[in-house]
Amino acid sequence: MSRKTLVVYLMAMPDTPELVEAAVGAGADAIEVGFPFSDPLADGPVIRRAGERALAAGMRVGRCLEVLAQIRERVDVPLIPMTYASIYDAYGWAELEREARSAGATSFIVPDLPTDVRTDFKRIQMVAPTSTDERLRLAADATDGWLYLVTVTGTTGARAALAPTLAPLAERSRRVTDAPLYAGFGISTGEHARAAAELVDGVAVGTRAVEAAEDGPRALATLVADLRSGLDA
Amino acid sequence: MTTVTRTFGDYGGRYVPETLIPALDELESAWEQLRDDDAFKAELRELQATYAGRPTPITRAARFAPDRRVYLKREDLMHTGAHKLNNALGQVLIAQRLGKQRIIAETGAGQHGVATATVCARFGLECIVYMGSEDMRRQAPNVERMRLLGAEVRAVEFGTKTLKEATSEAIRDWIANVETTHYVIGSCVGPAPYPELVRELQRVIGREARAQILEVEGRLPDAVVACVGGGSNAIGMFYDFIPDEGVRLIGVEAAGAASLGTGRGGVLHGARSSLLADADGQIMDAHSISAGLDYPGVGPEHAWLRDSGRAEYVPCTDEEALASFHRLCETEGIVPALESSHALARALDCDAELVLVCLSGRGDKDLAEVFRREGRGE
Repeated sequence: MSRKTLVVYLMAMPDTPELVEAAVGAGADAIEVGFPFSDPLADGPVIRRAGERALAAGMRVGRCLEVLAQIRERVDVPLIPMTYASIYDAYGWAELEREARSAGATSFIVPDLPTDVRTDFKRIQMVAPTSTDERLRLAADATDGWLYLVTVTGTTGARAALAPTLAPLAERSRRVTDAPLYAGFGISTGEHARAAAELVDGVAVGTRAVEAAEDGPRALATLVADLRSGLDA
Repeated sequence: MTTVTRTFGDYGGRYVPETLIPALDELESAWEQLRDDDAFKAELRELQATYAGRPTPITRAARFAPDRRVYLKREDLMHTGAHKLNNALGQVLIAQRLGKQRIIAETGAGQHGVATATVCARFGLECIVYMGSEDMRRQAPNVERMRLLGAEVRAVEFGTKTLKEATSEAIRDWIANVETTHYVIGSCVGPAPYPELVRELQRVIGREARAQILEVEGRLPDAVVACVGGGSNAIGMFYDFIPDEGVRLIGVEAAGAASLGTGRGGVLHGARSSLLADADGQIMDAHSISAGLDYPGVGPEHAWLRDSGRAEYVPCTDEEALASFHRLCETEGIVPALESSHALARALDCDAELVLVCLSGRGDKDLAEVFRREGRGE
C-alpha cells in the first residue's frame, strides 16, 4: 500500500512560511493556505477566529500572495490556496488563479463554490455525506488530482472521534472514481488519521493545525509528527 | 432543468458548501411543484385569511402628507406586526411537506424571528432563532416574544453581532443539521431557490395593494415606495407593478447600509449581489438605527432591478427616519417600525403625487431604542 498523504491547513499570516517549513519537515505532504474571508460559512469557530486575526493583521489578498511566494521559496510540496468565492469575485477569477499560480500554487479549494459553478476553473472538488451519487460522479470527473471528502455534515472543527459518515462516503466515492480520496473536517489526532487511513488515501487537518500553529513551529511539528505516525501505522 | 429562477442577470446563484446542494435541490423541486399546487395554495390562503389577517387594508395618510396623496399598505396590521409572517407561513408549510420537524431562522429586528416562532408554535415544530447580541439588546421585546412562543434564541456574539453574523450562524447550523432541518431564511437573499421563493410568498403585498389603489383612486400610483434591507417587503410590493411602466419603484435604504446605492458586486450568504464590500471582497459593516436594515447585502433581484433601471434605490439617514417615525405617530396615530420609517421619509419628498408606500411593520419593538437614542430612557 502506498504512503498515505497528509495535507495540513494553515491560515496565511506573516509567520506562515516558517510554520510550513516545520510542518513539511515533520511529514506534511501538501499545504492548504487559507486566505482569510470576513464571512467563512464553511468554517467553525477556530478557523473563523484565525481569519479574523489574519484580517486584523492586514492579510489582504496581495499580502497573502506574497506569503504564498515566500512559502514556495522554502518548500517543494503542493500548495493549495483555500478561500471563498467573494475573494475571487472581487479580484477577478482568472487574475487570482494566475497570480496564485505564479506565486507557487499548484491547485485551489473554494469551499463555497459547488462543482457545477465555474466549471472552467480547475480545482479540488469537495463532496459531503449528503452528496448524491450523481454529484459524487460530477465532482470526481471535474476534480483536480484528488477528491476532498468532507467527513461530516458540518463545518470545520475538531471532533472527538472520526465521523461514522466517512466510511459510506468513501465507499460510494470509490465506486465512481479512481481519483485519490482525502478526508477532511474533524480529523485532529493521530488516532483519527490512522482510522481514516483504512478508508481513504490521505487526510487534511485544519482546525487542530491552526491551534497548534498558534503555539509556534515546534508545537505544529509535534502535531504533524503524531498525525504522520498515525497515517503510517 | 428547473423552472425556478436561479440567477437574476449576473446576480443570485448558489455559493454554498456542497453539503447544502442536495437540500437546495430538494427545496427547489418541492417549491416548483407546490407553487402551482391548488391544495397548497388553498391551505396558505386559508391561513392568511383566518390566522394572519389578510388582506391588510390601505390607509390614506392625509395629515401625514397634506400636499400629496399617500397611501400606506398596512402590513403592520398583520398578526405579529410585520410582513415577515407572509414568508414564514409559506416556508413552514413547505417544510412540513418536506418532513422537516426542526426549523431554524436568523433575525435582525426580531420580526422574522417572531413570525417564524409564531408559525412553529402554531404547528408544533421545534424553532431555533439566531440573533446578534447587539440586536438582542436593541430589540429586547422581540427576544421575549420569541421565548414566550417557545423558540430558543441563540445569541451570536462575534463580528458585528447583528444580522450578518446571525445569518452566517444559521447557515452553519443548517450545514450541520441539514437532514432534519429547514432553514426559514427571512429575506429574498441566500442561495437559489430562496430569492424566488421569498419573493413569491411576499408578492401578496403588491397584488393586494395594486387592486386596492385601483379601487379607491381609479388609477395606478405614480410611485411605489418600500424600505430595503434584504429587500423582502420591497420585492413583494414591487413585483406586480413591474409591468406597469408608468409606476416608479423606489427602494429606500438606510444611508449607512446602502448595499445598492454604494455597494459593489460580491458574494455573501450564498448569492452574488450588490454588497458593502471592499476591493478585496471582504464584507464591510453596515450601520443603521434600524436593526432590520442593518445588513451589508441585499436580495439579488434588487441588484438586477437597479442595473436594468426598472427600480431606483435611494438613501435615508437615521435622523430622517426618526423624524418620519414621529410624524406618522403624531399625524395618523400609527406607530411605524423604524425600517418602514425610512420608506415614509422618501414617500414624503419623492417627486410624485400619488404614492403607495409599504408600511412593512409596526414600531412597538423600537420604542426602547428610540427613547434611548433621544435621551428619554428611564
